[in-house]
Amino acid sequence: MVYNYYPGCTLSTKAKQLDLYAKKAAEALGFELAELKEWQCCGAVYPLVQDEIGTRLSSVRSLAAAAAIDGKLVTLCSACHHVLKRVNSDMAENKEINAKVNAYLELDKPYQGETQVLHYLEVLRDEIGFEELAKKVVKPLTGRKIGAYYGCLLLRPAGVMQFDDPENPSILEDFIKALGAEPVVYDYRNECCGGYIALKDKSSAQNMVSKILTSAANKGVEALITACPLCSYNLQVNAAAAQPLPIFYFTELLAEALGVKEEV
Amino acid sequence: MHLTEKEEAAEILRISGVKADNCMQCGKCSAACPAGAKMDILPHRFVWELMNGRVNNLAASNTLWQCLSCFTCSARCPRGVDPAKLIEAVRLSVIRKQGENRLNVDELPAEIDEMMPQQALVSALRKYNK
Ligand code: SF4
Ligand code: SF4
Repeated sequence: MVYNYYPGCTLSTKAKQLDLYAKKAAEALGFELAELKEWQCCGAVYPLVQDEIGTRLSSVRSLAAAAAIDGKLVTLCSACHHVLKRVNSDMAENKEINAKVNAYLELDKPYQGETQVLHYLEVLRDEIGFEELAKKVVKPLTGRKIGAYYGCLLLRPAGVMQFDDPENPSILEDFIKALGAEPVVYDYRNECCGGYIALKDKSSAQNMVSKILTSAANKGVEALITACPLCSYNLQVNAAAAQPLPIFYFTELLAEALGVKEEV
Repeated sequence: MHLTEKEEAAEILRISGVKADNCMQCGKCSAACPAGAKMDILPHRFVWELMNGRVNNLAASNTLWQCLSCFTCSARCPRGVDPAKLIEAVRLSVIRKQGENRLNVDELPAEIDEMMPQQALVSALRKYNK
């Protein structure tokens, strides 16, 4: 199986590891991520108001490109996933946005939101299945206590994202289990890391990160996993020196359990 | 053309697409907001002001710059109101005006460290500058 893949601006630069491990793991699992030819940055934040048209265009170009191939588009970065999924929903549900975007882009075929946007984790859960994944694990992460850090962007708003239960998600815990490790549930796993406030008010980000890490450490978490480069950044750089928990991209642990980590 | 405050509030509601009138002022949004401690106008109050045609004090509030777009308020609201969208609409109405950018691009290099992802810069510029 070959999936169209949208890497986004950060995955070929600061978050290379998230991307490289994902591709290696995909090989081991029997699928391939084929990068879209001419993708552009999604803008990293979803335009929350309806009269922002220009900031929606790059997402629609990628969505339409995927529609012209086979109608599926796989993402890896939480922020790209959030933006593409919500803009896609606008194109399907919001007549005004749809009309303006199509008038502007003049695509061969007007785009109506038909592409299915899948996060890599959804490919694992819904297309491959965590049971199948577990069977392919050659180096189970036995005995390791891993906390899932969901953050905001994959879960909310639940009606559009349709990723998991926004208050009590389980996809990452099921993933951790499939790798043979022990998932540890802690209170702050779906609380905000501060996101872009890191550039405006560092103390706010430090405050949020401290709550997350304390909550995780109190439950005995030994390492956290995330799918978001900005979460990963905040959890490391804006952590107090006294509470450093190792932070991994989920794909790194996946590659490790599949025995292909060293090949990256 | 100069809009009255009431007209401006109506315009904010229009571009946000949010039905603020559904708000029952239960305060769940504010209770859940992780940035509330640093806001001068809490999310439920923000909604209330707009419902009543007031926007000037919202445009001057630090709520605009403290909101994280984490969507917790939107997720917890029992009435389908979306405070995050209202805050964004007011934030945009401010930074769309000449000279109102909130992140000085010249000062950015000093803020950037080795590990900072592009995603951080792109999001911050989208939220604080136009
Ligand atoms: S949670 Fe919803 S209904 Fe309650 S105060 Fe906030 S916006 Fe209004
Ligand atoms: S989106 Fe903004 S207002 Fe809403 S809960 Fe998050 S920080 Fe608070």
